[in-house]
Amino acid sequence: MNFQFPDLTPVLPEAFLVLGALLLLLIDLSIKNKNATAFISLVLLMVTGFTVYSTPSGVTFGGMFSVDAYSSFFKYIFILSAAMAILVSGRYLRWRNEEHGEYYTLILLSTAGMMIMASAADLITIYLGLELMALSTYVLAGFIRGEVKSNESALKYFLLGAFSSAFLLYGISLIYGLTGITRLNLVASAISESGLVDNPVLFMALLMFVVAFGFKVAAAPFHMWAPDVYEGAPTPVTAFMSVGPKAAGFAVMARVFLVALHSLQADWTTVLVPIAILTMAVGNIIALSQQNIKRMLAYSSIAHAGYALIGLITGTSAGISAMMNYLIIYAFMNIGAFSIVIILDKGRVPASSDRLDNFKGLAKTHPVPAFLMLIFMFSLTGIPPTAGFMGKFYLFMNAVEAGYTFVVLAAVFFSVISAYFYLRVVKFMYMEEPEEGEIPAASMSTAPVSITIVLAVTALAVLLIGVYPEALLAMAKNSALIF
Amino acid sequence: MPGSYIPTNYLPVLIIFIIASCFGLVMLTIGNFLRLRRPYPEKLSPYESGMPPVGEPRYRFDVKFYVIAMLFVVFDVETVFLYPWAVAYDKIGLFAIVEMFLFISVLLVGYAYAWKREAFNWE
Repeated sequence: MNFQFPDLTPVLPEAFLVLGALLLLLIDLSIKNKNATAFISLVLLMVTGFTVYSTPSGVTFGGMFSVDAYSSFFKYIFILSAAMAILVSGRYLRWRNEEHGEYYTLILLSTAGMMIMASAADLITIYLGLELMALSTYVLAGFIRGEVKSNESALKYFLLGAFSSAFLLYGISLIYGLTGITRLNLVASAISESGLVDNPVLFMALLMFVVAFGFKVAAAPFHMWAPDVYEGAPTPVTAFMSVGPKAAGFAVMARVFLVALHSLQADWTTVLVPIAILTMAVGNIIALSQQNIKRMLAYSSIAHAGYALIGLITGTSAGISAMMNYLIIYAFMNIGAFSIVIILDKGRVPASSDRLDNFKGLAKTHPVPAFLMLIFMFSLTGIPPTAGFMGKFYLFMNAVEAGYTFVVLAAVFFSVISAYFYLRVVKFMYMEEPEEGEIPAASMSTAPVSITIVLAVTALAVLLIGVYPEALLAMAKNSALIF
Repeated sequence: MPGSYIPTNYLPVLIIFIIASCFGLVMLTIGNFLRLRRPYPEKLSPYESGMPPVGEPRYRFDVKFYVIAMLFVVFDVETVFLYPWAVAYDKIGLFAIVEMFLFISVLLVGYAYAWKREAFNWE
């Protein structure tokens, strides 16, 4: 028996990105100026984005890897967030004497892992992509080696991440034990043909998946790692981590639950509805008492995972498209907010960076960053005419149509609570005086061009999607048609 | 019917497990009643016939050991993968060669990187 060569065209973007990242690792050994490394990695990402665009839909590796509009949509989110994370990184790392080329290689490899996850049509491929993504981000979280917080962040993320991987593997092994197969669509037919729907072991497998993916998207009660990890990690990495891996988690979650465990929809909605409500409650309520902007945004990121879960709960194609829509909007507004945090960064000043009090009187000292932060805070709250409002609106509308009015009521309730801590930042910036004796933060004019580009792109995207969401909505709708 | 499977074939294993546990317990109990009891302090030292331990067992290692251990694991896993490849090689044909060369060249990148970063240098 001779094996056929698999068709390599569908994996072209991933293959290109991985090879590019590996070559970059070697080339970087002889590059002195790390800006050049950052530039090469950006070019690699751009070419990858183009290959994603030009790769036709298809299935390869015996059905383990599938390219469709759904996976491509997520790949754009990953590439976009990776590119923006690279753009905001340079100065932050330089000020901490940790500007190494490996940083960019790790971001590229992590992005490749997410892309594999989005395209995975087999439980094993999901695990492979997940580990590639996670292992790279563990290292990134601890990239500021001299800082105890960064080390703590990496260690916590690694230990808990490894723990959640074990849950995923246990779930996969249970599915394999029951059906003898790991291909998502074949698992679905095996479940319905052999009457496994009421099997308690299958329900156990479902729970294992909920735990593993819940950890990756930081849904309560599996969110405990997020605040510490987000606070300790370098801010550009936090921006990247709070967007990319989260979107990848949702991409996989939708595929596993809607394709492989389709016939268990009643079960997983029962599990996910309380989780979504709890996630929104925990994220929004604990964020109220945070004094550190990164911790506050970490809890906000937990809360937003709760909103996105609503799209998944509806289980309809429209609901999934609202979720995808929300994830890309979230990518823009969250990376924008973190870019402002990075602009206000003061380098290695112990215990003074990232404090919420640093925003006091910002509108007087730095009017432009203050105004941009205002836009991102409005968007994160969900106030029109920003993108955040549109994202939430379509999520809630689809959920109401699918009959989950009580979940939407809870979501609206917690959105109102969230206004308090988002708008508190605005109040600090516009209605309070700057603190005495504070070391002045870097101003907009001295900020590197790269961060300015990111801020311009994110702010424009947030406003543009806010007033004209149709194009994005149509794209998300087409991409979610596979469900 | 999956799910309602009762592993009847493994019943002897269960029986031998129970017998073995009972045997151990019974022997220990009998020994406890019959044996002589003459305690003296030397009996409590960790190695009755060896050296007393020096210092705490938990002290810090040089980080270099961890780097070496990590490199060892990487190349150790590589050889682990080579075994099944060698066994199935004649069934998969040309594809196997290409795959294995891809795999080894990815590892080679890591090797070159580690070398250039002087991970093999002990000083």
